[in-house]
Amino acid sequence: MSEHIVTRYDEELNDVARRIAEMGGMAERLVDVAVGSLMRVDTATAKTVIADDKKLDILQRECEERAIMIIARRQPMAMDLREVIGVQRIASDLERIGDLAKNIAKRVMALDGQFQSKRFNTGVEHMAQLSLAQLKDVLDAYATRDVEQAYQVWKRDEEIDAMYTSLFRELLTYMMEDPRNITFCTHLLFCAKNIERIGDHATNIAETVHYVVTGQVLAEDRPKQDESSSTAVAYEKN
Amino acid sequence: MTQTAMNTAGMAEKISIRNLKFFYGDNLALKTINLPLYEKKVTAFIGPSGCGKSTLLRVLNRMYDLYPRQHAEGEVMFDGQNVLDPNQDRNMLRARVGMVFQKPTPFPMSIYENIAFGIRLYENLSRSEMDGRVEAALTRGALWKEVKDKLNSSGLSLSGGQQQRLCIARTIAVRPEVVLLDEPCSALDPISTAKIEELIDELTTEYTIAIVTHNMQQAARVSDYTAFMYLGELIEFDETTKIFTSPSDKRTQDYITGRFG
Repeated sequence: MSEHIVTRYDEELNDVARRIAEMGGMAERLVDVAVGSLMRVDTATAKTVIADDKKLDILQRECEERAIMIIARRQPMAMDLREVIGVQRIASDLERIGDLAKNIAKRVMALDGQFQSKRFNTGVEHMAQLSLAQLKDVLDAYATRDVEQAYQVWKRDEEIDAMYTSLFRELLTYMMEDPRNITFCTHLLFCAKNIERIGDHATNIAETVHYVVTGQVLAEDRPKQDESSSTAVAYEKN
Repeated sequence: MTQTAMNTAGMAEKISIRNLKFFYGDNLALKTINLPLYEKKVTAFIGPSGCGKSTLLRVLNRMYDLYPRQHAEGEVMFDGQNVLDPNQDRNMLRARVGMVFQKPTPFPMSIYENIAFGIRLYENLSRSEMDGRVEAALTRGALWKEVKDKLNSSGLSLSGGQQQRLCIARTIAVRPEVVLLDEPCSALDPISTAKIEELIDELTTEYTIAIVTHNMQQAARVSDYTAFMYLGELIEFDETTKIFTSPSDKRTQDYITGRFG
């Protein structure tokens, strides 16, 4: 895309885009570290996530302020307007992702010293990998303005939803097997829900990328596969 | 020209510009323009200096006739009649298609007479009827409250913004159907500009409006449709919301985002 007559305008737009990239990297790392600390119930690492989330919040506020400044000073039009709106939306999605990672980290603190079993982790870990891959892909799509890649992310979210539904059943089963599992599995279930929401934010970002590039809103209804709200597991009295 | 599918069902074309070419001597200033002006809607013309937007406006009421060696080809259909027809009664045309210019041009006479003068050219009214018409026009022009106690003062004693509103009031006093505004706010402060924009909003209930403006935000604010012109060509015509959020043509995009080098 050719440059603006006012060079400073380009610099301002590049600056906010760079900040989004920085926020994206930070959000990815927070999720990765939070899930890692969950897998090992490593409270020391979990604490770093809680501390680092503050930095993400600060970055988000900065992005927001700069975007508002651009609107006030430049009255952006067309693609520039979409760009600035995109920055605001993506910044708030990334900030929420940070919050969800922090919430996982907080649960790690609560799990310290609880009865636990490695076999419970596999599903959550797998979900986390998928969500992280989604996040990485959508940030790439934003960086390269790749609508097709964003669309793929948007469609793939149903895999995470489906995985969450099956994980929900699996964890319920563990809880029924042995009541000592309940505390750990419940926390794990909340973590899984957080990870599922991280995936949702990745799809929000995908929608934003689509809008920024094309000016069109992704019109289709996204397929929903999270059926845990209607899932029941039969409890048999022995 | 680029134009996406617009929902124009039920929209009447007040003026239909078809294959319009315009010449300054041998110089082709408008290259085959096709464009509708929808009834009781505001159409904004944007584009860099010299792109032909003022020229296009001046064709709509045959203002160019005042100058030698300027002529137009094609059709400008206005309620089924071709404006460019040599037999067209220009005075009647200009009563039906009023125009306001960049610089306020009040006549060197009283505020009252500025309004009454135009009406007298077309109608024979009693004093009381005329008083009513003058008040109505000044009210419509959002100027009545400010001038009602000094109707006999010279129009030139008003501020720039008031003079411009006086000119708009004068234009609508003769009850035109179409109002052409050629950069009506470029010499005005933001408050006067806001008053004129407010006025444009109100006028659309009765009039079809075409406005030329260099202020992109103004075009975005006041118009329903926007036409982007460049080097005598109509590049894109579409709903204003579409033009300013996601235009179809790269040149439109470059212009409205400030990338035109």
